[in-house]
Amino acid sequence: MAGSVSNVATTLAKVPVAGTSVAIDVQRNRRSTEEHPAVKWGLIGLAVAFMLLFLIMPLVTVFFEAFRKGVGVYLAALSEPEALSAIKLTLLIAGIAVPVNLVFGVAASWAIAKFDFRGKALLITLIDLPFSVSPIVSGLIYVLVFGAQGWFGPWLQAHDMKVIFAVPGIVLATIFVTFPFIARELIPLMMAQGAEEEEAAIVLGASGWQTFWYVTLPNIKWGVLYGVILCNARAMGEFGAVSVVSEHIRGQTNTMPLHVEILYNEYQFAAAFAVASLLALLAFVTLGLKSFVEWKARAEHEVLPLEAPRT
Amino acid sequence: MSRRTRHNVLPGFNLAMGYTLFYLGLIVLIPLSAAFIKTFALTWEQFWGAVSTPRVVASYQLTFGASLIGAAINAFFGLIVAWVLVRYTFPGKRILDALVDLPFALPTAVAGIALTALWAENGWIGSLLKPLGIKVAFTPLGVVLALTFIGLPFVVRTVQPVLEDLESELEDAAASLGATRWQTFVHVILPTILPALLTGFALAFARAVGEYGSVVFIAGNLPMRTEITPLLIITKLEQYDYNGATALAVVMLLFSFVLLLLINVLQWWANRRAGRES
Repeated sequence: MAGSVSNVATTLAKVPVAGTSVAIDVQRNRRSTEEHPAVKWGLIGLAVAFMLLFLIMPLVTVFFEAFRKGVGVYLAALSEPEALSAIKLTLLIAGIAVPVNLVFGVAASWAIAKFDFRGKALLITLIDLPFSVSPIVSGLIYVLVFGAQGWFGPWLQAHDMKVIFAVPGIVLATIFVTFPFIARELIPLMMAQGAEEEEAAIVLGASGWQTFWYVTLPNIKWGVLYGVILCNARAMGEFGAVSVVSEHIRGQTNTMPLHVEILYNEYQFAAAFAVASLLALLAFVTLGLKSFVEWKARAEHEVLPLEAPRT
Repeated sequence: MSRRTRHNVLPGFNLAMGYTLFYLGLIVLIPLSAAFIKTFALTWEQFWGAVSTPRVVASYQLTFGASLIGAAINAFFGLIVAWVLVRYTFPGKRILDALVDLPFALPTAVAGIALTALWAENGWIGSLLKPLGIKVAFTPLGVVLALTFIGLPFVVRTVQPVLEDLESELEDAAASLGATRWQTFVHVILPTILPALLTGFALAFARAVGEYGSVVFIAGNLPMRTEITPLLIITKLEQYDYNGATALAVVMLLFSFVLLLLINVLQWWANRRAGRES
């Protein structure tokens, strides 16, 4: 729709003799809804300069600082046992948080998108809630529940279990901060698709699970993947919430972002940026996959609800 | 009514809904309520004493002030970036478009140390500013910088789809009635995208207020000067002042809830303005 007028204008402008006056008319009209080239290139320049300063230069800095002392130092920083254990812990945390939130996201979007009930808007708002909570507060609330001074602290201590300052606390805090990602991607998508196809399958005798696997899932697969990619990036990169509930012990409760912080505070800049460069690579992969999924989804007319992502 | 009966053909509502409510309660609602229940155990004097000391007030001023400035910078440049990405073609445009989301994808700690290295006095940009007498890292300016970085995608990503949907007929009409390009922008385009622009601004602001990772490295964290409220919560926790930390957390939570409400109203307005059913 938006492009139709300008398309007509260009086609008309190309018609050589017949209707020349019309063509000129339309073209003049078209010019007046376009900016002067100087304005246009000025705006492009401003946008590029802003992004260069705020996005590209920090990114370049990460890799420059990581390799500043040579490839040897870079590789040594990544292969020391503490770095490896931080990488392993980060993979473990994401490996738990992402599937758990995926199951929730699918269940929530099935209930919300395929059925009518009262309080739907409220439920959606509550699901979104973790996005508006500061990461520090996200960590703190788990300390209040599971910490030594918290509700279950004495009970946990009596049973010799540790949640806060241990891996379970990191997992819980990560699940909290990544809680809405998959659900908020799937809910609008499944709402837009309606329930007609599923109803047809059920009427034709398919079971509920068959309907889900063979009818619903193929329709939402790119949406699922999109949510998983964003959820994973945040799960691996979360810093604030994890920082509150971790004891920051190297080789035990340090995730990659926490390892970066410790190295940086010890003035081991090259090592800090080396580990940071892995996380920057993760960001690249995330952005690349995200663009790919958007492209695939558009090609298959599965319209992803690309409303403002609230990370 | 007919819709309702039709939807009831599908199975799994009880299972899906039951699991959703159970998981939501376990992960989100019960832990969040812990902060409020703990705060209710305080007397009003205890609560007020914890959230109104000069050091805390200074942290509010920095957190909210820097977040507002960062969101305003993003509203201005974000609009330009969105405009350029929607309206023009130029080399490298698709890469630029994908890079807009970098602050979502890059872990905040990485952003924090990269910005610090770049803007510190011995960094690439910092060393250029030093002769001019401008210090960015370890000053409130650094906080603004980090908060601008993390809020960057919000305005672009809320304004971009609205600009794409904008009907060019309106602009044609304005132009044929003799409006200059600037008049068309101010009187035709801007009113249409204003709700989206304000939503993006509010989202960037909300994100900035709670931000921690990208700020703590570049801020320098001097009490009364460059100490943000989330950091103060951590400081209180480390001193085992659970009451003080929780009281501050509740202040931040209440503020985020008010902001969330405002954002929902803005989005409802934006959808209505765009002529879409929400």
